[in-house]
Amino acid sequence: MIRYTLGRLVSLGLSLVVASLVIFAVVEVVPGDPAAYMLGVNARPDTVAALRAELGLDGTVQERYLGWVTGMLQGDFGVSYTYRTPVSEMIGDRIWVSLPLALYALSLSVLIAFPAGIYAASRRGRPGDIGVMGATQLGVAIPNFWFAMILVLIFAIKLRWFSAGGFSGWDAGVWSGLKSLTLPAIALALPQAAILARVMRSSLLDMLGEDFIRTARAKGLSRRQALWRHAVRNALIPVLTIIGLQFSFLLAGGIVIEQVFFLPGLGRLIFQAISARDLIVVESVVMLLVFLVIVVNFAVDLAYAAVDPRLRTRA
Amino acid sequence: MRWPRSLVVGAILSLVFLGGAALSFVWTPYDIELLDIPAKLQSPSLAHPLGTDQLGRDILSMIMMGARTSIAVALLAVGIGMGLGVPLGLLAAARRGSLLDEAIMRGNDLIFAFPSLVIAILITAVFGAGAMNAIIAIGIFNIPVFARLTRGGALSFWSREFILAARVSGKSPARISVEHILPNIANLMIVQGTIQFSLGILAEAALSYIGLGAQPPTASWGRMLADAQTLASIAPHVALVPGLAIVFMVLGLNLMGDGLRDLLDPRIRVTRT
Amino acid sequence: MSLLSIETLGLSIGGTGILRDVSLTVAPGEIVAITGESGSGKSMTALATMGLAPDRAATTGRILLDGTDILATPEAQLCAMRGREMGMVFQEPMTALNPVQTIGAQVAETIRIHENIPKAQARDRARAMLTRVGLPEDRFPLSRYPHELSGGQRQRVVIAMAIALRPKLLIADEPTTALDVTTQARILDLLRGLTEEFGMGLLMITHDLAVVADMADRIVVMQNGAVVETGATPDLLREMRHPYTRALFAASAHAVDLPPAPAPAPLLEVRGVHRSYRRPRRSLFGPRPEIQAVRDVSFTLNRGERLGLVGESGCGKSTLTRALLGLEPVQSGSITLGGAPVWTDRHPNLAVRRQMQVVFQDPYGSFNPRHRVSRLITEPFHLLPDPPQGAARDRKVAEALTAVGLAPKDARKYIHEFSGGQRQRIAIARALINDPALIVFDEAVSALDVSVRAQVLDLLADLCRQRPLSYLFISHDLSVVRTITDKVMVMQAGEIVEQGPTEQVFSAPRHPYTKALLAAAPQLPDLRTTAHAP
Repeated sequence: MIRYTLGRLVSLGLSLVVASLVIFAVVEVVPGDPAAYMLGVNARPDTVAALRAELGLDGTVQERYLGWVTGMLQGDFGVSYTYRTPVSEMIGDRIWVSLPLALYALSLSVLIAFPAGIYAASRRGRPGDIGVMGATQLGVAIPNFWFAMILVLIFAIKLRWFSAGGFSGWDAGVWSGLKSLTLPAIALALPQAAILARVMRSSLLDMLGEDFIRTARAKGLSRRQALWRHAVRNALIPVLTIIGLQFSFLLAGGIVIEQVFFLPGLGRLIFQAISARDLIVVESVVMLLVFLVIVVNFAVDLAYAAVDPRLRTRA
Repeated sequence: MRWPRSLVVGAILSLVFLGGAALSFVWTPYDIELLDIPAKLQSPSLAHPLGTDQLGRDILSMIMMGARTSIAVALLAVGIGMGLGVPLGLLAAARRGSLLDEAIMRGNDLIFAFPSLVIAILITAVFGAGAMNAIIAIGIFNIPVFARLTRGGALSFWSREFILAARVSGKSPARISVEHILPNIANLMIVQGTIQFSLGILAEAALSYIGLGAQPPTASWGRMLADAQTLASIAPHVALVPGLAIVFMVLGLNLMGDGLRDLLDPRIRVTRT
Repeated sequence: MSLLSIETLGLSIGGTGILRDVSLTVAPGEIVAITGESGSGKSMTALATMGLAPDRAATTGRILLDGTDILATPEAQLCAMRGREMGMVFQEPMTALNPVQTIGAQVAETIRIHENIPKAQARDRARAMLTRVGLPEDRFPLSRYPHELSGGQRQRVVIAMAIALRPKLLIADEPTTALDVTTQARILDLLRGLTEEFGMGLLMITHDLAVVADMADRIVVMQNGAVVETGATPDLLREMRHPYTRALFAASAHAVDLPPAPAPAPLLEVRGVHRSYRRPRRSLFGPRPEIQAVRDVSFTLNRGERLGLVGESGCGKSTLTRALLGLEPVQSGSITLGGAPVWTDRHPNLAVRRQMQVVFQDPYGSFNPRHRVSRLITEPFHLLPDPPQGAARDRKVAEALTAVGLAPKDARKYIHEFSGGQRQRIAIARALINDPALIVFDEAVSALDVSVRAQVLDLLADLCRQRPLSYLFISHDLSVVRTITDKVMVMQAGEIVEQGPTEQVFSAPRHPYTKALLAAAPQLPDLRTTAHAP
């Protein structure tokens, strides 16, 4: 188990290094000089040079990469070109919108998908199964941002149960914060829940065809007991993979949903940064998102080992 | 042979949109660059079967033109994914266990670590927004999907005895990959290709909704929805119609994918993320 | 009063008859074996007895277990009976256990599902039962997972689960088919001992007549879903009233008429071959341990000779086969065919490969399902510098198909149109098409029913009578190797421990491993003196 965890940790570190190299390289190739861009066409060359020095744009490529990475390791993401404030502060405010939103949506997705998938698998081919599968087929086809618009139209504008957008902040209490994230989380979660439910169902059906289910039935377990005691845990292995991928999708999907609900999250930040060509912010936010995804996938790898003893003893 | 019902329904839905997109090259009910402000936000009528938007443009015509963009972007993105992913997957499987295999699979994992939308944002941040960059962004994310699927499918064949027999007959791994393995995993690719096509439609819509996809004057469903967002309460059809177009197109493709799977090989497992 | 009494059982699925008029009985303490070839309905009879026949199956007749008709019992009550009144052991121990649960939990589950007792008490009883089946706790703690055990050990766990509540009836469906011969002998001993100790009835399903004759008190022979003959073992073996029974036993004991081997002239020479694999590291930075799959193997196969290679799974025979075929390089030693090396300059030598071909075990996996027979069997033409085209090609195809007893017109068909035995003939035709000097048979008849197997073995004898062919015959089945080879090698843990003329090795083995192997193999009774001539 320790070996497995260490192995995963090494792979986590490697992924982070390569990802940072890729992001840095992509941003490097951007044509133009941010300092010149910020000061406009009429700026004097010495002013531009001074700004370049201030922004840390001097030096060789290696120096700048190392500077960026070591800065991030110490929590210093550099200074925004446009706002002249530390990027870490800008991110610090907004991550407490984006991350809770993604986790909220992930929990909803799992809470909806598991019962739906298990229910459908246990009534394979019967009306209950066909109904659930039809609903998921529709769920998979709905774009989340459009679904969000419809939710706003119904629950915010017509019924006035929720506000149409904006974020009250966590200072006003956890519940009010959660309430302003509820519609966005539902919009994000339902299409993903549809996917997850389908995976859960097909994975369970695969397991129900396995020999060990027949063995369990020969021991005297009923169909239902065999499903719950033997199939579900084995079926979780492929489902975990999808959950890991979904977190990545939800984090990114949040960027779009934040637009619909005017939420002050990382998505809004990244858009403002792109239109202002504030590349240090773009670079840092992308790196942060990738970091979160890689860490979650690490957690998923550990969860595999918890579910599957074969991983614990093997390499 | 009986055709699966989902294949028939899915194919009809998909054909409606493909037909509309094809028709838009020669004819649309109205010219979508023609603004008719007095006729703005009309509800569906005989003259405008799906109504008009805030600039008085015919929504049916825009849906037809938008279908063209969606289909072109998604199809080319699938092309990129298959064109690069399948050979990479075959190569990795042929050299299984080697450093090359390891490098290809780690590269795949790395792309998966970037949320697809983040790739798109990075690309558009650097190269600017546009349909071409949307295609590249979606296409890049398709590469690991096909590479993994191909490698997995190919590996299950590499251990089969008929492949051993071909090796005993002195055939090279490249030749075995093309002659024996590719035809046997073609069904898998067709089914997954359909699914990736539908995911491409959704991704294109999301990108153009946030302004990173096709730019005006090219019509796109996602931007129609972005424009309609503030008008949804006064003229719901402006927001409903493009959304339903996406839903039906994607539903059609997914049903077709499921139907094709049932028809070709029910054991095929598709991945959707 | 019999324990189990199946009376005129009929079963059909979707209008297709699977079983008809099946009747048999099992008394307490009695071992009854159902035997027959694939498709005879023996496994379905077992599943129906457990009440586990497919949902769509329509049944007639009665299955009485201690007076209760299984077919008329509602599902909830059947659940209460399964595991308590009757237990079942399956063929494939590798997949029969839940991979994510410990063996202790799985055995205890049988007890806990039926008896409302504390967990600790159930574990104690599971522990006792595992010890009884030969898995004592000091060496096999309850916390082991299935993947940490060998196939034979897993089968013991499955048996412990099935008998944990001492059911009256134990059904074992091909319980040793997936196991090596020495493991098989131990599992059969265990089952025999348990039957005696618990006084339960054992209904055993097996295709292996040697096992049947060895184990059973009574035998039930099935064919095409019906019972053709049943009787006490000695009586049935003596009388064999039904022609199918006679045919089945004759095919099992089939001896081929092998032409004498020509004077020794070396063809394949293997000298000091080593092959090892690196395993993943055990610690993060430690060295990668090596496993020696093949150790210092040397032998000579003469022209026109039939050489056998026997050994249990994991002994290295597959690795050796791949090296001989030039599919993988070896670390040291030399392999030459007709004096030329199989590998030269890190590349397989095509001129040598042309001289050898292979026939694999699985008649279903050996062919690309998308190609026609003519394309399938001409694949080795790829090795020829100037492969025949057009009419010459068609002539070669027709010739090869005729040689294996098929018709030239079969060349246009696809592989799914053929039965398992026919597919194996097509595999032989593919091996013959380049007129090789050596054909390697890698478990080539192991997947076939006995009657088909006998025909294919006869074909092999005919072929080497007509052509200058040498065979390397790799098999775990000792009786097949005994009849089809002139010389035999016994392999254990990567080494050849004994080699010599087949009859000599089989009748007077010298190495202890060979002795153990031969002692473990169940013997068909000598029927030539007892059976009526057909």
